[in-house]
Amino acid sequence: MPDPILAVAGVSKTYKGGFTALHDVDLEIGKGEIFALLGPNGAGKTTLISIICGIVTPSTGTIQVAGHDALTDYKAARRLIGLVPQELSVDMFETVLATVTFSRRLFGRSGHSAYIEQVLRDLSLWDKRDAKIMELSGGMKRRVLIAKALAHEPEVLFLDEPTAGVDVALRRDMWKLVHKLRERGTTIILTTHYIEEAEEMADRIGVINQGKLLLVEEKAALMKKLGKRELDLALVEPLDAVPEGLERWQLNLANDGRTLRYVFDATEEQNGIPALLRELAERHIAFTDLETSKSSLEDIFVDLVGERA
Amino acid sequence: MNLHGIWAIYRFEMARSLRTLWQSLVGPVLTTSLYFIVFGGAIGSRMQTVDGVGYGSFIVPGLIMLSLLTQSVGNASIGIYFPKFTGTIFELLSAPVSAMEMVLGFVGAAATKSVVLGAIILATSAFFVPIRVLHPGAMIAFLLLTAVAFSLFGFILGIWAKSFEQLNFVPMLLITPLTFLGGSFYSIDMLPPAWRTVSLFNPVVYLVSGFRWSFFGKGDVDIAISLGVTLGFLVACLAVIAWIFKSGWRLKN
Repeated sequence: MPDPILAVAGVSKTYKGGFTALHDVDLEIGKGEIFALLGPNGAGKTTLISIICGIVTPSTGTIQVAGHDALTDYKAARRLIGLVPQELSVDMFETVLATVTFSRRLFGRSGHSAYIEQVLRDLSLWDKRDAKIMELSGGMKRRVLIAKALAHEPEVLFLDEPTAGVDVALRRDMWKLVHKLRERGTTIILTTHYIEEAEEMADRIGVINQGKLLLVEEKAALMKKLGKRELDLALVEPLDAVPEGLERWQLNLANDGRTLRYVFDATEEQNGIPALLRELAERHIAFTDLETSKSSLEDIFVDLVGERA
Repeated sequence: MNLHGIWAIYRFEMARSLRTLWQSLVGPVLTTSLYFIVFGGAIGSRMQTVDGVGYGSFIVPGLIMLSLLTQSVGNASIGIYFPKFTGTIFELLSAPVSAMEMVLGFVGAAATKSVVLGAIILATSAFFVPIRVLHPGAMIAFLLLTAVAFSLFGFILGIWAKSFEQLNFVPMLLITPLTFLGGSFYSIDMLPPAWRTVSLFNPVVYLVSGFRWSFFGKGDVDIAISLGVTLGFLVACLAVIAWIFKSGWRLKN
């Protein structure tokens, strides 16, 4: 991991009613990396982001942004952070240009028109700069929120469910934008329900559930470590049950007995496939086709959350 | 000091009023004119003078104060309540803006609008009655102090309110009655002794009295006490706001 630009240590949040939304979270994010925080609804993703950005007060713990304490040196810390919230929270009566300029000034910068123009052009909003936000579509409003978050040239950008409810084209555009921002050196932390989004973009992945950070891992390492592969054999004759004597492979049947499925650990040197094929041949169980696939990040996520819930 | 941040909030709030110019300025001017027609024309013609001042002229400071208080509270409260209502408060809370800077932006804009409105009402009044300001410096000082103090109070109200109903509750059931009962349209010396004593517990009496003193050199209570109460109210509001931002009450979870 590159040098950390964000360091979260021992952060917990317990609300007045006694509900604990976060349990002792430790997390470091490297400068320039794309980090995806995955978790089901209510896992604590937004609470964690809100605490880092200063919207929610933590019960315990410290947060450092490029060496600035987010509580005691909050002005320096917040100048470095941009946040795109989950909700479409934007003043509907303002024009696009006015609201983006407002955001830039709010974060202590002068109304730099050339930079704002570039941001609006990057997000295909320049032609809509004089339009009132209420006149825009949901996807365009989402772009306005991103433009507002980028208006003060942040070094760390939080994207809280950035593509929730947007169409496929806009989602692809946003992915491109994220890659472009990363090329400029911006650190990006995103929460998402779309596993494909994390799989597509992230360098590292954190999984959070019930307020606990279950793991933080390089995406590739996580896939390798927890990934499983499947071998599907299309049988010539369907089977009613897995034949006796094949227990060591822990096989199961799918597709009304027409497919024999073998799930194995991708990291094991001996995956047992040659032996299985020999065994099937000896038992005269013929197949017409075979196909292997690896488990997706979504499968891994479901396994993790299911196991540790 | 985040001057760009303060300016951004101030400009945003002023722009919001310009969008509703009719409601912000024309409404109060029309209301003031109606007050003159009803109180100055109908009632004033029977009262002639109060403390040697024609009744029409006598009610001018009270009328300005009435609008100043309600508009200061209304502008500042909606200014901070609306971002809470729409959810855009996240941006203010996550910005490098201190509590004092946020207050300067919101309260500064609310107070500016109220002072402009006060000046417009004063100008409108001049069409109906003769206006003479004996202590213009004191008048401007009272105008500013009251606008700032009640804008601070409105800011607190906007943070406290959880609904539009609550937002309207305090101005409607507290500010307006206190202003009407605070000597806006009469001298409290005209009241029976018992009610005069009760009136002295109404802080608006001191505001109206001080403001009226700046016009006519006469007030219901001593000018120093008026000034002291106004400043005391302002400091109390500042203390409450400081506590709100320190504790995060109704702003941060």
